[in-house]
Amino acid sequence: MDKKVGVYICSGCGIGDAIDVEQLAKVATSEGSVPVCKNHPYLCGTEGAETIRQDIAREGVNTVVIAACSRRAKTEAFSYDPAQVVVDRVNLREHVAWCQPPKEEDTQMMAEDYLRMSLAKAAKMEPPEPYQDEINKGILVVGGGITGLTAAMEAAAAGYDVVLVEKEAELGGYLKKVFKTLPKRPPYLEMEDSNIGALAQEVEGNPKIKVFKGAQVESTAGAPGMFDVTIQSNGSSETVRVGAIVEAAGFQRYDASKLGHLGYGSANVVTHLEVEEMAKAGKIVRPSDNGPPRSVAFIQCAGSRDPDHLPYCSAVCCMTSLKQAKYIREADSEAKVYIIYKDIRTPGQNENYYKQVQQDEGIFLTKGEVASVQEDGDKGLRIEVDNSLLGEKIEIKADLVVLATGMVPATAIGEEIEVKSEEDDKKKSEDEPEPPTDRIIKSNVLNLTYRQGPELPGLKYGFPDSHYVCFPYESRRTGIYPAGCVRQPMDGMMAADDAAGAALKAIQCVEMASRGEAVHPRAGDITYPDLFLQRCTQCKRCTEECPFGAYDEDEKGTPLPNPTRCRRCGICMGSCPERIISFKDFSVDIVGSMVKAIEVPEEDEEKPRVVCFICENDAYPALDLAGINHLQYSPYVRFIPLRCLGDINLVWIADSLSKGIDGIFLIGCKYGDDYQCHFMKGSELANYRMGKIQETLDRLVLESERIRVHQLAINEYDQIPSLLGEFLEKIEEVGPNPYKGW
Amino acid sequence: MGDETITAAEKECILVVGGGISGMTTALEAAEVGKEVILLEKAPYLGGRVARLYQYFPKLCPPTCGLEINFRRIKDNPRIHVLVLSEVEAVSGEPGAYEVTIRRNPRYVNEKCTACGDCAEACSLMIPNEFNFDMDQRKAAYLPFPMAFPMRYVLDPQILGTDDAEKCKAACKYDAIDLEMQAETLTAKVGAIVVATGWRPYDAKKLDTLGFGRIPNVITNVMMERLASAEGPTDGKILRPSDKKPVESVIFAQCAGSRDENHLAYCSGICCLASMKEALFVLEKNPDAKIKIFYIDIRAMGKLEDFYNRLKDDERVEFVKGKVAKVEEDAATQDPVVEAEDTLSGEKIRAQADMVVLATGMEPSTATERLPMDVAYDEFGFVVSDGSQKGIYAAGCAKRPVDVASSLQDATGAALKAIQCLRR
Repeated sequence: MDKKVGVYICSGCGIGDAIDVEQLAKVATSEGSVPVCKNHPYLCGTEGAETIRQDIAREGVNTVVIAACSRRAKTEAFSYDPAQVVVDRVNLREHVAWCQPPKEEDTQMMAEDYLRMSLAKAAKMEPPEPYQDEINKGILVVGGGITGLTAAMEAAAAGYDVVLVEKEAELGGYLKKVFKTLPKRPPYLEMEDSNIGALAQEVEGNPKIKVFKGAQVESTAGAPGMFDVTIQSNGSSETVRVGAIVEAAGFQRYDASKLGHLGYGSANVVTHLEVEEMAKAGKIVRPSDNGPPRSVAFIQCAGSRDPDHLPYCSAVCCMTSLKQAKYIREADSEAKVYIIYKDIRTPGQNENYYKQVQQDEGIFLTKGEVASVQEDGDKGLRIEVDNSLLGEKIEIKADLVVLATGMVPATAIGEEIEVKSEEDDKKKSEDEPEPPTDRIIKSNVLNLTYRQGPELPGLKYGFPDSHYVCFPYESRRTGIYPAGCVRQPMDGMMAADDAAGAALKAIQCVEMASRGEAVHPRAGDITYPDLFLQRCTQCKRCTEECPFGAYDEDEKGTPLPNPTRCRRCGICMGSCPERIISFKDFSVDIVGSMVKAIEVPEEDEEKPRVVCFICENDAYPALDLAGINHLQYSPYVRFIPLRCLGDINLVWIADSLSKGIDGIFLIGCKYGDDYQCHFMKGSELANYRMGKIQETLDRLVLESERIRVHQLAINEYDQIPSLLGEFLEKIEEVGPNPYKGW
Repeated sequence: MGDETITAAEKECILVVGGGISGMTTALEAAEVGKEVILLEKAPYLGGRVARLYQYFPKLCPPTCGLEINFRRIKDNPRIHVLVLSEVEAVSGEPGAYEVTIRRNPRYVNEKCTACGDCAEACSLMIPNEFNFDMDQRKAAYLPFPMAFPMRYVLDPQILGTDDAEKCKAACKYDAIDLEMQAETLTAKVGAIVVATGWRPYDAKKLDTLGFGRIPNVITNVMMERLASAEGPTDGKILRPSDKKPVESVIFAQCAGSRDENHLAYCSGICCLASMKEALFVLEKNPDAKIKIFYIDIRAMGKLEDFYNRLKDDERVEFVKGKVAKVEEDAATQDPVVEAEDTLSGEKIRAQADMVVLATGMEPSTATERLPMDVAYDEFGFVVSDGSQKGIYAAGCAKRPVDVASSLQDATGAALKAIQCLRR
């Protein structure tokens, strides 16, 4: 694009009081030889905004630099057709005028540097063109239980074609075996029929849904909008193309044979599932003699909330036992039921059902921990309970014991593999940080042909659920959305709701892919990474470090990009030592040019310079908040926002240091188990890469104290002044960078 | 897109009532599919209840982090039309073709506002700060919170007719203050409606034996969030109200109103985790503090059990099974004293601390404020939405008391239900 740059400087909101705007304009006109440069006292007002539009329409300005408030403010006033006009915003308000003393030389220098950096950036930004390919909008649903059936129906009802794969010969999953389900409707007291059979029939009769039963996904290749899924069914294989996937593979009951300490193995010790099956068959009996049980003891958390078995709570077992207690009492009003629990967990309106059960005089709820379950001659079983409410050991006799066994997600069953980078095996120094690795369980659900492994990376306990409170469908593989009990233990009603949510995300993914847009969190971004492969050295860093597994590899190790898998975070750009990965508006060269645009004063001026690379999602708004609160901080720092701190490329560090920049500060999101990085591994990767910078520093004979990485949450803006202050003190202690003036 | 004058929806459009985290999610998820959405919020800002939380459990991450991403998604998406200070007045029509009458209340600040803050600077009138549950005061010209979206000041109606109103107007360089602004009535045609009207904390004053409102050092869980927050009334220090002393011991009383026939008969679902989280706030600010949590059952579902275990393993935190029956004040120290029955030992126990936090439950907004549309409610006032209805769907805490992640799962599903309705 032939550039015609227009620079528009606002002097409102205190900017004009803090800096000399005329002087600032000279950076554009004299240094930058910018053809159009205008000042305005209220740029976002009708007149100011119109001036810019007129210049675009009549003067051919196609590159607009707006030096005014934060890019987070007044977005509507300064938005133009992205295909025609590239825009960069210089934050003179929050990042200069509101956090620096007015009319100081240093304040002016700061504003001028930011304008220089923006001009350098704008000169190299190009308007993005969306990635276009033929996008299939079909949805694959893996699993034919309540979650999968609901997801299929919901997607079809919105007009999308669905392929459903179920491993069993019949649809219906766990609910098919269940006698009655929990109450769904007010007053939340009546058990209901599951109607799963009717739902399964509807699915099979729906012309938009193609059902494979007794089937298995043999392999899943491709990317959102173009997944090629090979399905094996009844001895034959078929490949279908779909656009997105709902993973609703469900759960298995925890293996009761591991619960010998709770009596499993004795004839009259059964599980929830066996009670459902007996109830469904018409009669709950003692397996030993097929007689009616006169006293039944339910043992809650059988395997759940137990560090030796399932450390988590399986969430539905309390309600299931309460329900099954009702089965027994309704069949025999003389029968006694004991429920031995740690906590009764019946959140929300389920409390109504719990209260109803409590009022049943034949049901005894006993808090305690089961110490042992012993056979007691012919008479049945003897259960010893510790830590009861009465504070003493009690003994309960029952002729049937029911274990409330928990849920294991289908995604947790299989061999666990660690996705390691090949560099791990190379020799390295002891104190180098480890690169973040993923753990993937080969659960045989999707069998992805991805470079990074065959299934979704899980979080704890094999659930591939989202780590984000705010974004519950944020999975680690674009276009693949887990739903139902693979995400977390939940009951059928919640699973049906969850299925609708996952179906929506799948639909959204194919729609966004068809528009060439990224999905969350950079929703709507139409830029994507472009690789200059002639210079690729097959180092594989990009393919290994992408948090979303967007790259595959050919046999030589050359990356094979999949733009619709890409979330546009730019982490691959940061990983690349050859600097060959670029976006139209963001590249190693663009950021390097910004660094080089900073004016570094001579050593004797005693004005150190620190470049601070920041995450634009959290650190940038935190800096805005510091400005809004008029917190003052060092005038020697220059901020460069990145899409994610994981974009940091080591060459920028070298660029900075060789230019005479005294210190480099990186501010990203928190990492570790409770990571807040929106791209999962970005901030952690930044830290890892900085651990490898020693070589560069040694070559330049520079001190490692010049570089620091800090994790900052968005609400910790009050710490910014002291953080920067302490770093500047350290830099002054270390002394000026000897490369100044080179 | 930000706050704006409503454009008559030419395309099929979804109305989302409530701009808390659930409503925002429904609106965004539908808009990113490609649908037009009107997002309606009663308050002058989006974010609802979560905007006032310090951190979420179990990650202890700030809600503003997710809100910021969502605000950016809204700004970048021309299909979302945000109307704040707005309420539904009437709905007519049928699924696929509703006509909605909306009342928009005056902000007294127009779109020319740059959020420079000069009006607040000029204003001297102070009013109770509802955002901080009236624990402090704020200017009558204010930005609801530093990250508020839309990022525009508001004048409280109490300022009208005062000198301060004129001072604010005179201070604004951009002619953004309009003291003559009137409520307006807007109409919109929509195909589906999602009700995401959320919840409010149960009124702790109704729990008369627990001393709230009478004993200064008895506060509620939502107030604790504000105390811990840097923008709160105590700049993020947890000080007790009576004498501003940093707290060294805190008692949490679970099920304050919840699971109680006389108040909220259901379990509010989130209070166990919320109290555990707030216990960690106290320990973050004062690592030597002592915490007691009085409970009936600890309800930490799924992997949240890990969070419970983290607290159980912390020797500064003691869990006591027993429901707090009564709170009184020790006159000498102003310490609240709780009386409870320890159900494990059967003994009556008394315990004293610098502060008592009542884990008050969630009451659906619709418990008292019924919506002018055809929806059914359960006995507690939650909107019944089990998939059998058409056209109007509920999402999040309008439907059942749940945590943020569960609300947002639900809100995402509601977006699909609404989209299906547009296809008719």
